[in-house]
Amino acid sequence: MFGRILNKFNEEFLKSEPRKGELFAVSALYDTPDQIITAAEKVSGSGYRKFDVLTPYPMHGLDAAMRLRETKIGWVGLLAGMSGTTLAFVMIWWMVGIDYKNVIGGKPFFNIPPSIPIMFELTILLSALTLVAFLIAVFNKLPSNANPLMDTEFMKHVTSDKFGIYIEAKDPKFNQSEVKTLFSSFGASKIYDINSVAYDEGKTKNPILDFKFIGNIIGIGIVTALVSYFILNVLLFLPPFNWMHHQAKVLPQTESKFFKDGFSMRKPVEGTVARGFIPYEFKGMHDTMIVETPNPLPVTKKVLERGKNRFDIYCSPCHGYYGKGDSRLRGQFPVPPTLHSEKVRNWKDANIYHVITNGQNVMPSYEKSISRDDRWAIIHYLRVLQRSQNAPDSDLEGK
Amino acid sequence: MDNIKKSLPDSVNKKGGIMLLSGVIILLAAFVFEPQRAFFDYLWIYMFLVSIGVGSLALVGLEYLVGATWSTPFRRVTEILASLTPVLIILVIPLFFGLHDLFHWTHHEVVESDKILQSKSPYLNVEFFSIRTAFCLLLWLVFFFMITRNSEKQDLDGNPLYTKKNIMLSTIFTPFFVITITVTSIDWMMSLEPHWFSTIYGVYYFAGTVVASFAATTCAAVFLKEGGYLDPRIKNDSFYSLGTLMFGFNVFWAYIGFSQYLLIWYADLPEETFWLIHRWEGSWMFVSIALLFVHFIIPFLVLVGRRAKTNIGLLKIMAPWMLFAHALDLYWLIFPTYFKGNAGFSWPELSFPLIVIGLTMIVFKTVSDRKNMIPVKDPKLQAGLDFHL
Repeated sequence: MFGRILNKFNEEFLKSEPRKGELFAVSALYDTPDQIITAAEKVSGSGYRKFDVLTPYPMHGLDAAMRLRETKIGWVGLLAGMSGTTLAFVMIWWMVGIDYKNVIGGKPFFNIPPSIPIMFELTILLSALTLVAFLIAVFNKLPSNANPLMDTEFMKHVTSDKFGIYIEAKDPKFNQSEVKTLFSSFGASKIYDINSVAYDEGKTKNPILDFKFIGNIIGIGIVTALVSYFILNVLLFLPPFNWMHHQAKVLPQTESKFFKDGFSMRKPVEGTVARGFIPYEFKGMHDTMIVETPNPLPVTKKVLERGKNRFDIYCSPCHGYYGKGDSRLRGQFPVPPTLHSEKVRNWKDANIYHVITNGQNVMPSYEKSISRDDRWAIIHYLRVLQRSQNAPDSDLEGK
Repeated sequence: MDNIKKSLPDSVNKKGGIMLLSGVIILLAAFVFEPQRAFFDYLWIYMFLVSIGVGSLALVGLEYLVGATWSTPFRRVTEILASLTPVLIILVIPLFFGLHDLFHWTHHEVVESDKILQSKSPYLNVEFFSIRTAFCLLLWLVFFFMITRNSEKQDLDGNPLYTKKNIMLSTIFTPFFVITITVTSIDWMMSLEPHWFSTIYGVYYFAGTVVASFAATTCAAVFLKEGGYLDPRIKNDSFYSLGTLMFGFNVFWAYIGFSQYLLIWYADLPEETFWLIHRWEGSWMFVSIALLFVHFIIPFLVLVGRRAKTNIGLLKIMAPWMLFAHALDLYWLIFPTYFKGNAGFSWPELSFPLIVIGLTMIVFKTVSDRKNMIPVKDPKLQAGLDFHL
C-alpha cells in the first residue's frame, strides 16, 4: 500500500512537460557503474567530443575513460582565493590601522597574527563563491537561464539511481539514429531525445533577461520578504505572544503620560535622605565652626581592618600606604603633606572627619564614595598609623 | 597472481650497520665530553623514532578503521616501519639514566624551593613518569603484535575474518594512540620546560607524527617501487592518496601550530610567552623562520596541485623533505632548553641522522626478509591495485 503510494509519487515526479524546441541531445541511462565507464570509453573512442557523463556520485576512473584534459577550474579557484586573501589583508589593515585605531591589549594597531584567520576565511569564501558562480555560468550556458537537461526524466534519474550519458546535437559526428544504436549496443536501459526548452512556438531560447524569469525571481523575493516581515514583526507579537514586552513598570528614557511635565523619572521629595547616607550637618562650614563629636566606633580588630581596607583603596593613592604623602601618583598630582605632622596628630577625630567629608584645598569631598561608618573606621586606622610612626617611650615597656 | 618475493639486498644491512655504528660512536664520544648534550641528542633521536614507529602503527590502524582500499598495497610497508615500536622499549632505557640531565623537575632540591613545581609534583614525579612511559610502550607493543600478526596470517589463507579482527583492534587502538601520544609528548618534551604549559601541545606533536609517518611510508614506497620490490601493478595513481594525506596533515600541523602561537600572542602572559621568546632569541629566530618555510610554506606550494601528488619524482624529493622538516620541528621543540640564547649544531648532533637512518634501514631489512612486501592475499588488494583517479 505504502509502496504503491510512493510509486505514484515517483511517477508524478518523473513526469515533465513535453517540449517543442529543436533537438538538443540524445541521452541514455545505464544501470551499473561498470556499464557507464565502458560507455564513456566507447563514446570518446568513436570520436565524439561534445558529450558528458552524469552520475549520482563521484566515480574514480571516469576522467580517463572520457579522455578529459585536465581541468583549468583549479586556477580560477586559486585566483579567486588569492584575491580574497589580499582583500582581507587590505580590509583589516585599513580598518584597524588607519580608519578606526583602537588600543587592544597594548599591542600595535595593525598586527599580522590576528589577521590570518580573517585572511583564511575570505580566501575560502571568495574561492567558493566564485566557483559556484562559474558552475552556474558554465552549466546553464549563460545567457541562457537553464540547461536544457534540467527538468527532464533523464536528469531526475541520474540524480538519484541511474548513470547517464548524452551526446549533443552540435557534435560534428552527430547522427540521431547512429547515436541511438551506439548507446543500445552496450546495454542502455533507456534512451531519450532531449529537446531544447521552448514551451511556446517560435521561441527557442531561454535568455536570462526574459521578462517572465526576472519577474518571477523578483516576485518570489518580494513575497519572501513580506512573509518574513509579517512572521517576525507582526505574527510573533500578536496578543497571546507579547513576550512580556508590555509591563507596568517605567522604562528609562520614556515619556510619561501620567505626569504633566512628561518625565517618567521623578525628582526625590525635598529633604529625602538616601539609605546609609545621613547628611553631614557641618557641610561647607569652616572647621572652627564644628561641634567636636567623638568617634562613635569602638576600636576593634574588625573596625581597624575595615579602616585599613578603605584607606588602602581611597586614601593611599595620594597619601601613601603609610600616610607619609609618598603617593603612587607622585608627579601627576600635587603631593599632600604627611599625616604624621604635629598638627594632624593633635587634631580631634571630628576634624579629620570634617576634612574627609568636606574636602580641603585640592582634596575633594569623599562624602559620596565612603560611607559614614567607614570614614570613622579610617580615622581609627589613621590613629594606628600615627602611633606606629611616633610611638611614645611607654610603648617600649612590655605588658 | 604472481607475487614473486624479492628480498632487499644485503648491502642495506651493511650500509645501515656502518651508519648506526658511527652514529653510536659519535653519541658515546659526546657523552664523554658533554653528557647533558648527548642526552638531549638521544632524546631527539628517540622522539623521532616514536614518531615514525608509533605513527606508522597508527596509520595502519587508521586505514583499517576507515576501510581504505587504496592503501592496501602499501599497508605492509607501513607495518614494517611500525616494527620500530618494539625497538623503542630497548631504546628508552638509556634515557632513564639521563633524567637528571634532561629534566629540571627531577631534582628534589629544585622542587622544594619552587611553588609551581610543587603543585605539579603529583604528576611530575619520577615514579609516576616511569609508570606512564611503561604503560604507553606496553600498549603500543601489544597492539603492534596483535595487528601485524593478524595481517601476516592473512597472507597464508586470505581469510577476511582477519580484516574484521584488525578493524576491531584498530577501533580500540586509535583512541588509545591519541591519548598515549599526548602523554608521551607532554612527559618527554613539554616537561623539559616544566613551568610552561600548552593544552594543544599533544595535538601539535600528534599532527607532526602523522605527517612524518606518511612521509616515511611514501619515502619507503617510492624507493621500493623504483627498485622493483613492490607489485608492478601499482600505478602512480595509488600514490595520490599518500601525497594528499601527507599534504593534508601538514596543513593540519600548521593550523595547530598557528593556533598555539595566536593564543599565546593574544593573551601575552609572561608565564606562556617565555617559551616562544626562547625560540626567537639570537639565532633561534632563524630556526623558527626556517621551520615555518621548510615545514609548511614550501611543501604547501609544491604539493598543492593535483598532478604533484601522482608525480613519483616529486614525491621522492618531498617525502624525505617532510621527514627532515619533522626532525627540524623536534629540534625546535627540544633544544632551546639546552642551547639557551643561540641555536647550536655541531658534531654531536650528527649522531641523529646516522642513528635514525641506520637503525631504520636495519630494522626494515630484517623485518622485510621475514614478510611479504605487500599483503598478498588481502581481500581488498585487487581493489587497491585497481585504484585510479
